[in-house]
Amino acid sequence: MSSAAEDTKPAMPVRAPLTAGMSFVKLAPWIYTIALFALWELLVIALDMPQTILPAPSRVFQAIVQYWSPIWKNSLQTLYTTTVGFAIAVVAGLGLGLFIGWSKTIYAGLYPLMIGFNAIPKVALVPILVIWFGIGAVPAILTAFLISFFPIVVNVATGLATIEPETEDVLRALGAKKLDIMLKVGIPRSMPYFFGSLKVAITLAFVGSVVSETVASNYGLGNMMSSAQSQFNVPLVFAGLLMLAVEGIAMYALMAWIERRMTGWAHRSTMSH
Amino acid sequence: MAQHLVSIENVDMRYGGASGTLAVAGLTVKVGKGEFAAVVGPSGCGKSTLMKLVTGLHIPQSGAVVVANKHVTEPVSIVGMAFQNPTMLPWRTTLDNILLPLEIVERHRHRLRAHKKEYVEKAEALLETVGLKGFGSKFPWQLSGGMQQRANLCRALIHEPELLMLDEPFGALDAFTREELWCVIRDLHAAQGVTIVLVTHDLREATFLADRIFVMSARPGRVLKEHTVPFARPRDLDIMYEKGFNDMVHELHGEIAQARVVA
Repeated sequence: MSSAAEDTKPAMPVRAPLTAGMSFVKLAPWIYTIALFALWELLVIALDMPQTILPAPSRVFQAIVQYWSPIWKNSLQTLYTTTVGFAIAVVAGLGLGLFIGWSKTIYAGLYPLMIGFNAIPKVALVPILVIWFGIGAVPAILTAFLISFFPIVVNVATGLATIEPETEDVLRALGAKKLDIMLKVGIPRSMPYFFGSLKVAITLAFVGSVVSETVASNYGLGNMMSSAQSQFNVPLVFAGLLMLAVEGIAMYALMAWIERRMTGWAHRSTMSH
Repeated sequence: MAQHLVSIENVDMRYGGASGTLAVAGLTVKVGKGEFAAVVGPSGCGKSTLMKLVTGLHIPQSGAVVVANKHVTEPVSIVGMAFQNPTMLPWRTTLDNILLPLEIVERHRHRLRAHKKEYVEKAEALLETVGLKGFGSKFPWQLSGGMQQRANLCRALIHEPELLMLDEPFGALDAFTREELWCVIRDLHAAQGVTIVLVTHDLREATFLADRIFVMSARPGRVLKEHTVPFARPRDLDIMYEKGFNDMVHELHGEIAQARVVA
């Protein structure tokens, strides 16, 4: 417990070596990222790559500045379709997960169906969604939803299904109904699984929305990259990829922060027994 | 006969349908009100089945289970249970964990909100009796294994059960902590007059704590022998170094070893 308290408090100035060590850990992600870009730049120079194959990062950043207006607009569009799809996935995933975890019969019956559904490549569903809803934001939102809700369902259902039998016995012997056990134990217990799954789900949601935008939309980073590619504007394609990475990292960090805020206890205790 | 709080008569319990394993057969156990009974036996003798029969978590295929003059056909809420695994909920403080049964038991759940203060005081008093005064606001994962088990006992007792069922509650603790908790249980039993059924592998534990000891056979379990423990109460830990005590443990040991061989 004491180590957790120390993490959040600023280290005392007397312990200079430790402070230096801590800040190095904090700086490490930046240093590694810069190193990756530097390596990439050097590789392009050394191999004398044409920018239509692999543009140097400096060229990519230049493209970002040059095309900032469409990049910004399309980034917001992708962020919008992704978060809407993700939000639907959170609600539906939580609901379905609780439903599946409720009883062993439902769990046994629906689980194979879920696995089968998850095995379908979501890109194959995009044409069907286009037939139903036309091109545009709706297929992108739905693809983001379809691809990201599976991990949420599985995690919530697992949290419910793995209640310790002793806990259940103690409560049932007191006359607890199924609903009591779910409310008092099952749902709080599955929350760390749920919030943990959000980190996986949000990154998958980006995959879904971009795939759909690439094949069936006039907006979004997916669409922007595919039209840039058809004009051999490879730096712009990479600029789009970079923006996606940035959005993905930002949303992941947000989910990780929410997870820590909501279920800090799970990181302190061992849920496994 | 009416004085028996728990009466199990000629009970058969089979798991998993007609061809499943027979866990207990012809089991007869009677525990009087206020008595401290211990159940010992080789592993897999159906001791946990006994727990579930008494609490109404399992209903036997044949025979009768009567608890507090009522035929057991559904979970009986006059029972408190504690297992080897303390199963404290990690997102609740120790105090909230202890109050959990009150949110379930029909008699208390509707009063809980209005009389919260009274219940909290009761929980704190219980914490004090088990030596955990002031630890109510800590989370279970901030407590040691022995402290968690103490809190577990409080949780089992908060709704003032008439019957306390303990399934190897001290199995995972070190020898010294175990002896401390034996004394805690001994004092709780003396002070509250609660009926206790203790399922255990530890013969010294059974002999030290119980008024009567039931020795069970290997599966399918039934009672091989019933011992009355002659030592006067209150018992001191030193009693374990007396000859009579050791003879009794030795005798129990022999009986269980034999039950294992037969199986």
